[in-house]
Amino acid sequence: MNYNWNWSVLFEEQYLNWLISGFGWTVSVALSAWCIALVIGALVGVGKTVPNRTIRAICATYVEIFRNVPLLVQMFIWYFAVPELLPDDWGRWMKRDMPNPEFVTAVVALGLYTASRIAEQVRAGIETVPPGLKAAATAHGLGVAQTYRYILLPISFRMIVPPLTSEFLTVFKNSSLALTIGLLELTAQSQQIAEYTFQGFEAFTAATVIYVCIALLATVLMQILEKYTRIPGYVGKEG
Amino acid sequence: MTGFDFNVIWSSLPFLWQGLQLSLWLTFLSILGGIFLGTLLALARLSGILPLSLIAATYVNLIRSVPLILVIFWFYFLVPLALGRPIGGFYSALIAFVLFEAAYYSEIMRAGIQSVKRGQVHAGQSTGLNYWQIQRYVVLPQAFRNMIPILVTQGIILFQDTSLVFVVSLRDFMTASSIVARTEGRLVEMYLFAAVVYFVICFSGSMLVRSLKSRMST
Repeated sequence: MNYNWNWSVLFEEQYLNWLISGFGWTVSVALSAWCIALVIGALVGVGKTVPNRTIRAICATYVEIFRNVPLLVQMFIWYFAVPELLPDDWGRWMKRDMPNPEFVTAVVALGLYTASRIAEQVRAGIETVPPGLKAAATAHGLGVAQTYRYILLPISFRMIVPPLTSEFLTVFKNSSLALTIGLLELTAQSQQIAEYTFQGFEAFTAATVIYVCIALLATVLMQILEKYTRIPGYVGKEG
Repeated sequence: MTGFDFNVIWSSLPFLWQGLQLSLWLTFLSILGGIFLGTLLALARLSGILPLSLIAATYVNLIRSVPLILVIFWFYFLVPLALGRPIGGFYSALIAFVLFEAAYYSEIMRAGIQSVKRGQVHAGQSTGLNYWQIQRYVVLPQAFRNMIPILVTQGIILFQDTSLVFVVSLRDFMTASSIVARTEGRLVEMYLFAAVVYFVICFSGSMLVRSLKSRMST
């Protein structure tokens, strides 16, 4: 194996800037998608548990569709197919006038995909609430909405914080798929540096180290959140 | 837009089928390699030998914190460099997938091994089996059995992941669809068709998982 090591290439101004900008895009895509995923995931997850059969079926269909199609295919459909399928005016706007099309598409695709995974966690969380609590709420005369608002959601949302940690890490990793539609995020930038300089080892190491740091930081943040949201008495019962 | 053209799908079916075969073959080999290496990693982590479990834990956590695309880029770059000659895209991708998925399979197998009751190990010891015999005949068969639904689920995820070889232009089903889409100028039809094919395969897989789960719980 003969290879010319040159770590200083990472600190040349041009390539360092590429890495920083890539890091910025990765974080922005991941955090924006996470916000969409949390809102829609919570709604769909709750929808899968409500008594109304139609709502349940719609939410279950959403989850199955978004979970069983690879994220890459979804990314391409949002980017290439959706503008063609929409009414002409909207499609033209998406293709010509939409600001930052790659970024917006990546955020929407990643957000809706992650939402289907979060929905499953939310549903599981609601289902682990002991059935006695729901029965007690009904016995007290609470309606369905009130039971969710005061009993089911406060308990289940606190219980799903640990499983959400791994989803939070996954959203950062999956943001790398944005490179397939031309967004120069961290992985794309490291690949570009490797191509320009032939210093693949250094470039990919830099990206790997940054991803590991993001994962460590995200884990620490989620652990702090976990500490505050833990329900006394439930510790250890919930895997 | 100017109406759907399904002929383009029909006429490119043989080409797409070749791609799908590559996807399935890559998935199958990666599952085998991933489970094998993952089981070894899980055993190393639970071995109680500190350096060994530390190395395995570091490997698993490192791999699990980087995106698969980056791992694919790594191995496309590293494998020819390490071997001194190119070995073709398929094998580079295969090595990347095995090493990547092994980290995820090792977590599943670790949970599986831990789900086997301690009494089973003690019974094995008292009948005079050594460490490898206990793992081979007592612990691992039960661990695999308990974990079958999750192993299949991970297999479905792996199948979806193989679409990422698109980034290095290896001709799997996704890349084949995208080549047809571009050359024929039929992006909408081809990507929707790809979505339907992936959906049918993965949904059938998750139905299988569901029936396995209900059969095992009775």
